[in-house]
Amino acid sequence: MPDTPFIDDGSNLPLSELRWPDDDLTRIPDWIYTSEEVFQRERERIFFGETWCFVALEAEVPDPGSFKRSYVGDVPVIVSRDEDGEIHVFENRCAHRGVEFCRELRGKAENFTCPYHQWMYDLKGELMAVPFRRGDRGEGGMPKNFKLEEHNPKKLNVTTRHGVVFASFSDSVESLEEYLGPDNLEQFDVVFAGRKLKILGFYKNRLQGNWKLYHENLKDPYHATLLHVYLATFRLMVAGQKSAMICDESGRHSTMASTKDDDMVITEETASQMKAAFREGMELHDPEFLKYVEEFDSPWTVTMQIIWPNLIVQRELNTLGIRHIVPRGPHALDMYWTMFGYDDDTPEMDKHRLKQANLMGPSGYLGVDDNEAIKFLQDGFKHSYSDEGIVKLEPEKEGSTQTLISEASVRALYRHYREVMDI
Amino acid sequence: MATNLSPDEARALRFDIEEFNTEYARILDAQDINAWPDFFTGDGFYRITGRENYDAGLTIGLVWCEGRPMMQDRAAAVKTTMVHAPRYLRHYNSNVRVIDVDADGTIHSESNYLVVETLMEEETRIFQAGLYIDEFVREDGALLLKARDCIYDSLLIPNDMVYPV
Ligand code: FES
Ligand SMILES: [Fe+2]
Repeated sequence: MPDTPFIDDGSNLPLSELRWPDDDLTRIPDWIYTSEEVFQRERERIFFGETWCFVALEAEVPDPGSFKRSYVGDVPVIVSRDEDGEIHVFENRCAHRGVEFCRELRGKAENFTCPYHQWMYDLKGELMAVPFRRGDRGEGGMPKNFKLEEHNPKKLNVTTRHGVVFASFSDSVESLEEYLGPDNLEQFDVVFAGRKLKILGFYKNRLQGNWKLYHENLKDPYHATLLHVYLATFRLMVAGQKSAMICDESGRHSTMASTKDDDMVITEETASQMKAAFREGMELHDPEFLKYVEEFDSPWTVTMQIIWPNLIVQRELNTLGIRHIVPRGPHALDMYWTMFGYDDDTPEMDKHRLKQANLMGPSGYLGVDDNEAIKFLQDGFKHSYSDEGIVKLEPEKEGSTQTLISEASVRALYRHYREVMDI
Repeated sequence: MATNLSPDEARALRFDIEEFNTEYARILDAQDINAWPDFFTGDGFYRITGRENYDAGLTIGLVWCEGRPMMQDRAAAVKTTMVHAPRYLRHYNSNVRVIDVDADGTIHSESNYLVVETLMEEETRIFQAGLYIDEFVREDGALLLKARDCIYDSLLIPNDMVYPV
């Protein structure tokens, strides 16, 4: 679905010939978004490396036997809950010939049977049975020394926190708590405080841009005040409002936070800087829509947290959701959204969340803008004469900051990225 | 065919709904978004959601509007605040099926829809295939939507969805 396959986009130079401009973090070369070789290294070092990848909310697999299809990077995995309630994550690939055997998005099962030759796996992802293992009437069959337990699909390391399930191909990765760092753990725990979740539903869309552009987008509060006309017009996020970008030590995770202030005076100067992004006098026919029902132990009315490498935790007023990034080569990413509320929400609160969900998602008042911008960026990288962009705002900082007019946390991310990628 | 209607009544009703949908598709093709809320009753309901949600009884919508004011707010957002590349859209509607008419006159029907999208320098593509599940009422003789649930099969949306269907 991205571009016509016969069009060859972007850089195909070998990685050894690609150089980051002047070893400088204020300049980002286009090839990190377009090179197939870079993407292959990202799979190995980031998605299969020392990271925790989001795979599911526990509420999606509530009972023994519940399962869902998911992804770590672009690798299909199954998330299942066994008879004892324990969650397992294993590759959705038959150990026999490689069939991606689980085809249903989610459901309930007692075991998984590969349709091709009916090898059967239990809910822990362990091979239980191989038809005609001893052959038929003394002929054929598996070698005598064939052991079922040596032929399980690849299992991943699993950890959960307050109803959120992460997996890792690494056995040496630090604990999730250490991985997130104290400040981002604190923000994570605002949304996931242990309150039981209620799943409201799912969206999926394919963005026509590199997966890292989504990270940058959420580490770029500058755009929030300019691209998102809706945010400025209805004062959900305006320059000068109380706000913060909260990064972890490594620079990979961050939370963009802001507090809406209906009484804030938008000065003439601010208004003139935002001229295209501010619709003076526009009013809602249904003003209830932007109501904020206080329910969190937090001074912020919006937090957009991005957890490296594949999870966004979204809290905008009372609309809650996670976005799961599935990278699809250098030129596309799939976004799997799960919108939720809390199990003890009243019917009124349910409805309020459903209404406010109009802000987000592939049709969201804010969602559309970002998806379009990411495609515009990728289009800019594909066939250009120029070959780099700049991130120079707030030069004295790298990482956390208090102002929206900053690119300090984009630079922090790329310091980390360059270390891990060795580029 | 509706169980409580004669074949002739059902045929006449289907024709009325087809006319309604033809006009509805025309304003969407023309991207005359401000006219869109007028196809609904004042308290009308509109939702777009994926079939995976519908089948599981999940309530979320990609678009979820209760009442014409919410629809007007969406129309205004599409027109004035949402940033998006220009595109052409073409809406096809078929297989109208009248299911039932309640004692109070509410008409339950379904039909298939297809949206074809063209970005300015890209190939035309099928954007979305789905099912309208509708409730119509008559106000001053004319049909209006009391509810339209747009259930799409095309779960993986290409980039984003700017306009309602
Ligand atoms: S490929 Fe799965 S059983 Fe043969
Ligand atoms: Fe944004």
